[in-house]
Amino acid sequence: MELFIILLIPVLVTLICMIPVKMRGVSAWATIIGSLAVFILSSAVAFRPDLASHGSTAALGSLLSCDSLSGLILLLVSFVGFTASLFSLGYMGKTNGEHRPGRTRRYYARYNLFLFSMLAVPVLAQVAIVWIAVELTTLFSVFLVGFENTPEALEAAWKYVVLTCMGAAVALVGVLILYWGLRASGGENFTWPGLLQAAPKIQPVFLKTAFLFILIGFGTKAGLVPLHTWLPDAHSQAPSPVCALLSGVETTTALYVIIRLLPLLRGIPGNPASSWLITFGLLSAGAAAFLLIQVKDYKRLFAFSTIEHMGIILVAAGLGSGAAHLGAVSQILTHAVTKSFCFFAAGSALLVTGTRDISSVRGLIRISPVAGISLMLGGLAIAGAPPFAVFLSEFSIIKAGLAAGHYLVIGGLTLFIAIAFCGIMYHINRMVFGRASAPSVRSALPLSCKVTLALAIVPIVVLGVFVPHPVHTLLQLAAVSIGR
Amino acid sequence: MVQLNALAGGLFILTVFGIVGMRQMIGSLRLFVIQSLLLAGSACILGYEYTSVHLFVVAGITIFSKAFLIPWLLYHLLSHEIHARREITQVLTIPTSLLIAAGLVICSYFMVRPLLETGATAFLSVNLPIGVAGLLIGGYAITVRREALPQLLGILTMENGAFLAGVCIAPNLPLMAELAAAFDVLIIALVVGLLTRSIRKRVGTTLVGKMASLKEEE
Repeated sequence: MELFIILLIPVLVTLICMIPVKMRGVSAWATIIGSLAVFILSSAVAFRPDLASHGSTAALGSLLSCDSLSGLILLLVSFVGFTASLFSLGYMGKTNGEHRPGRTRRYYARYNLFLFSMLAVPVLAQVAIVWIAVELTTLFSVFLVGFENTPEALEAAWKYVVLTCMGAAVALVGVLILYWGLRASGGENFTWPGLLQAAPKIQPVFLKTAFLFILIGFGTKAGLVPLHTWLPDAHSQAPSPVCALLSGVETTTALYVIIRLLPLLRGIPGNPASSWLITFGLLSAGAAAFLLIQVKDYKRLFAFSTIEHMGIILVAAGLGSGAAHLGAVSQILTHAVTKSFCFFAAGSALLVTGTRDISSVRGLIRISPVAGISLMLGGLAIAGAPPFAVFLSEFSIIKAGLAAGHYLVIGGLTLFIAIAFCGIMYHINRMVFGRASAPSVRSALPLSCKVTLALAIVPIVVLGVFVPHPVHTLLQLAAVSIGR
Repeated sequence: MVQLNALAGGLFILTVFGIVGMRQMIGSLRLFVIQSLLLAGSACILGYEYTSVHLFVVAGITIFSKAFLIPWLLYHLLSHEIHARREITQVLTIPTSLLIAAGLVICSYFMVRPLLETGATAFLSVNLPIGVAGLLIGGYAITVRREALPQLLGILTMENGAFLAGVCIAPNLPLMAELAAAFDVLIIALVVGLLTRSIRKRVGTTLVGKMASLKEEE
């Protein structure tokens, strides 16, 4: 029942946002309260003691269900959804002005629809409907990407919708082939557990072809090289709170569908999925590491870092041992919380300086200590410096890979992480330190942005020092559900 | 019945070629409507053959959404675009494009051969390769055409290709999914149409292929 309410709340808030009321801030506060409620309910679902990896909770007949992996994704989406809605309050107030209530309402209505589609992906049980939910995450976010209505933003939105819709059509064929295989083997339920049950009887050629189609299709949406070209554009042109959602969790929801298929292919001799994932993962991590050295725009910097992290997660998922799977799900968790924080920091820097150009921002720490320190911490955290959360998860992936004897893969991965680290820190250093440049728009940071930054950094620091017991249990169960 | 279905499949692939080769917007849009009707026809034939009510409903939804609603929507959103009496700008010349599209058809036959070897019916060996060819050629049309509306038609062709394969390989897919997918295609057309309109208003052109201000080099 909670699952149904979780999906219902954003829809209701969307309707509230559409009501043209005179009072200011109704839509913003409705969104904040709604997403907080979603976050609380999602935590209740994700940390429920009986959420074992085998038993999944169901609601509304067999339409919705939730196991440990979906619980993790649900938790991440709702957390970033809440922090981003809080950040939106200050960000939209600052950039949109108070005199355009219609525009603000439109923003929040779209925001809630987007949140709804992302919450739907992990909890839907029918695979065919999951495909539709993933497609809807694109369609509901297109106008958020193009929200600034500048030629660049519209260009980014166009590339985004065309490439990801192409990907979705390819993935659709994959989903249909999966269904064909299921029916040919006598299976009935086209749900994740139903597929898992029927997997040993499905002919390998169906599983392999379907996996390849879905990997390419949804890989486009997760930003895997060479289909990543839309990602830096869309993730840099959208308003910063939307970037946090796009980069932090939307890519993760696409990846979630790919990862869900892994246990189906375990029975096939040679397990081809593993080598495909490692190849795509290394290619993405490597290309992104080199591309982010030459960026001119600091939001693009973080966007390329997202591609790199998607690559790392795929490699970890492809390594195949239990420890590597634990590393992969931890990386999903740490990337989502850290990357959203990075975009909040980048958004604060944008509010303070009024430019996205790296070379025109100097001495940010003098212009605005809060934005400067956040950007520094965000850069360090996403690049993988200790004692932040990403360091721990990357370390555990490398350890697991070495233990399994994949020296070459791990060597390459470590090299790319190191290059990305240097690239990110080089740009961030130049922006944060040095003599203050005269900012074109000097303005103070709104309170809600500061609160968001303070809230969003908590999990990064805490998870970098120790992993609380319930989170650890959730991660372990999720790792088991990939590796089954 | 097999031959009738093969005829529908053959005409379908012709319309897909037309999406790549057509020189004018209005012609492309009409071809898309014919293509959707052929998809519905194939669904009806298969529905009769498998005695599946699902497929007749799918055919009905397809005709309603793709042959009426989407063209109507596009006429209203983009009437300037559709009636533009100019040639569609594209990267390669049309004969080259058609040659590459023919290559993609052959490619798709090789792609699906391992699947067909698992014991396919006569319907499958028509619909599956043609559907995958529609998918590939639609994707190719998106990359080669530089304007907004032809790119949208490319996306819709890809979806049609996927559904042509789908009606054959998954005739019993829960109806809920089919309904939602038809709804999804509608939203694609609406979103992309609206986006095209705001690009036209803001940038003044729908030559989306020329928009390339977002990149690393200056």
